Amino acid sequence: MKGIFIDIEKCIGCKSCEIYCAVSHSASKQIFSAIFEDPLPAERVKVESYNAFSIPIQCRHCEEAPCVDACPSGALSKETETGIVAMDQGRCIGCWMCAMVCPFGAIIPKMDSKVIIKCDRCPDLDEPACVNACPTNALLFGELSEVMKKSRKKAAQITISAIKKEISIGGLI
Amino acid sequence: MKSMEKSVNILIEKAENEGIELAWDRLKKQEPQCGFGLLGICCRICNMGPCRINPFGDEPKKGVCGATADVIVARNLGRMIAAGAAAHSDHGRDIVHTLLLASQGKARGYEIKDEAKLKVIAAEFKIDTNRDKNDVAKDLAKGVMQEFGMEKGEIQFIKRAPAKRREIWEKLGILPRGIDREIVEMMHRTHIGVDNDYANIILHGLRTSLSDGWGGSMVATELSDILFGTPKPVKSKVNLGVLKEDAVNIIVHGHEPTLSEMIVLASKDPDLIALAKKNGAKGINLSGMCCTGNEILMRKGVPVSGNFLNQEVAIITGAVEAIIVDVQCIMPSLTEIAKCYHTDIISTSPKAKFTGALHMEFHEDKGEDIAKKIVKKAIENFPKRNKEKVLIPDKPVEMYAGFSVEAIVEALGGKLDPLIDAIKAGKIKGIAAVVGCNNPKVKHDQSHVEMTKKLIENDILVLETGCVAIAAAKVGLLVPEASEKAGNGLKSVCKAFGIPPVLHMGSCVDISRILVAVSAIANALGVDISDLPVAGAAPEWMSEKAVSIGTYVIASGVFTVLGTVPPVLGSAEVVDLLTNGAEGLIGAKFAVEVDPIKGADLMIDHIKAKRKGLGL
Repeated sequence: MKGIFIDIEKCIGCKSCEIYCAVSHSASKQIFSAIFEDPLPAERVKVESYNAFSIPIQCRHCEEAPCVDACPSGALSKETETGIVAMDQGRCIGCWMCAMVCPFGAIIPKMDSKVIIKCDRCPDLDEPACVNACPTNALLFGELSEVMKKSRKKAAQITISAIKKEISIGGLI
Repeated sequence: MKSMEKSVNILIEKAENEGIELAWDRLKKQEPQCGFGLLGICCRICNMGPCRINPFGDEPKKGVCGATADVIVARNLGRMIAAGAAAHSDHGRDIVHTLLLASQGKARGYEIKDEAKLKVIAAEFKIDTNRDKNDVAKDLAKGVMQEFGMEKGEIQFIKRAPAKRREIWEKLGILPRGIDREIVEMMHRTHIGVDNDYANIILHGLRTSLSDGWGGSMVATELSDILFGTPKPVKSKVNLGVLKEDAVNIIVHGHEPTLSEMIVLASKDPDLIALAKKNGAKGINLSGMCCTGNEILMRKGVPVSGNFLNQEVAIITGAVEAIIVDVQCIMPSLTEIAKCYHTDIISTSPKAKFTGALHMEFHEDKGEDIAKKIVKKAIENFPKRNKEKVLIPDKPVEMYAGFSVEAIVEALGGKLDPLIDAIKAGKIKGIAAVVGCNNPKVKHDQSHVEMTKKLIENDILVLETGCVAIAAAKVGLLVPEASEKAGNGLKSVCKAFGIPPVLHMGSCVDISRILVAVSAIANALGVDISDLPVAGAAPEWMSEKAVSIGTYVIASGVFTVLGTVPPVLGSAEVVDLLTNGAEGLIGAKFAVEVDPIKGADLMIDHIKAKRKGLGL
């Protein structure tokens, strides 16, 4: 199952993910014209910060998605094939129950269109726009197992290096 | 294909095979580029920030200080104009300094080459010209120096503009008072908490740019003509094919003529030629790149190896012993690429050093000696050339350059009347100034060439400078025979006077020549520049200098099409002012059109409308 993963150490809070998320959800798909569209396109990912760190937050497409459970109109559903939490705009009644129960605040109520918007993981693109736009590779798109494998490799390298003193302790920080 | 030029594409492939990264590769790694930067809505002016405005209408709508997108975009644009004007004007300052040293006999190798022009310019500065040329030159240099930091009044060359134009500038309060002063004032105004009205900032942007076009750039052009000679039509060759397999290839790259003129002299030195032969070469082959190339092309007919995007691939030919650089538009990547070859990158300006370059500092007072040392260094590099890595894929193309205003008048038989008559009769529908850079966001040279072709097909005489002129030269548009590609009217005029349909007027500071030319035409017709069937374009622009140029061109009354999107779209108000409101203020405006053919159409429509306005 593919997902968008975040390397929190690499996020510098540039908000490029926000910009290109909105562009990818615009009619023109082009930044210079997207900003003049009516209605204006909106981003589904938001960069939030805590202390000196920042992190992009978008729908995690949870396996046990509380938003799907909370949705009274059947607008939200968990797609088994892609694993994404999909949204049927026609069914959304704008009750914002999903937004209320989402632990990430990743569901965005749109007052003008009276429906919610959320990450759809850019189904028409090879790679979600936010991932493609990230200049520091803080956002990754890939198989969960591969990403976990990478993390384990990194942990192994750090741990072994520290014990074997192959590299200076500075490399750890 | 990334370029219109055959050899560039071949050399890009060679670079790829050798694992060498070029501008196109680096652009790819930058994409998608920062949206805030592209739209001009990132403000880094104070340390309460950096601040950004959400371009999609959501929060944040203001920076910490309260600056809106309009103020942020205007401030950023203002600073781009200031930087561009500074670059041209600092170049101008160096020329004034050289003229002063030459007049005092303190700069061996430099002398007054055009005494007639010296007298004309000195008379404009109310200097007594019935004296020894060096005395006149000394007073002129000192007089022009005053222009840079002048306290009151207006800069001298602004008086060359038509009266109606000057009245507009006066009414708007944008007559430039001093070349440096407007730049400094722009930096002041855009400091945190000073000028917080976008329109007022843009107005000062116009003033700053005018201090470039009618100040720094015009000083650079006119005083260079006095020092090195006013250009006359000259035949030469262009593209990377000017490099020779059996000679010491030296490229001068950058912008100023002071050093490159001395390198031209040194490359003809018999002792150095003998040294080249001793080192196994057949001789010394000098070529120019970018505007320093244009300077020595215009005055000496030195072949041109390319424009901005040729600089990296020139090294990939493996046949270049040295690239001698001064200032502006020199990629920092050169030294890294040169490590893969024997090529020496020789920096010469104390203002422009490059990590990894060989620095041989140039000073006007010892110009000739230093130039010889630099050329000697290049010659000694020849035996290190790896012949197996040499690839010069193309043959050079013939071209003509050297069309200063004086040369155009001479070609027309001593006065501008034949040109004006041809415009009145409709043989020539109008004049287009196509100028500017290369930008890897556009296929190398393509927009320049397509726009130029479309314009001449429609009987529009095209005046070019800088990288555009080099692009047009590469496809054979700068020869008299190219008039076959022009409309019948323009063709007949070109044939009558033996001129190409596209005239190479020089380097980017020489866009000031175009201001002089259009002013002369407007004065002859008793109208303002904005009444003329004239349009401008910068199809592949990228530099801050181009922003200053575009701005002084519209401030001078010429409608201008930009072929790459400037970082201003984040403010609807600024966009409206530049592309609409400016018309009411200064009689000209910008348009942005990335398609060169559609851009040419906008210019053609504009020229038609202006002809109608003049009753033509």
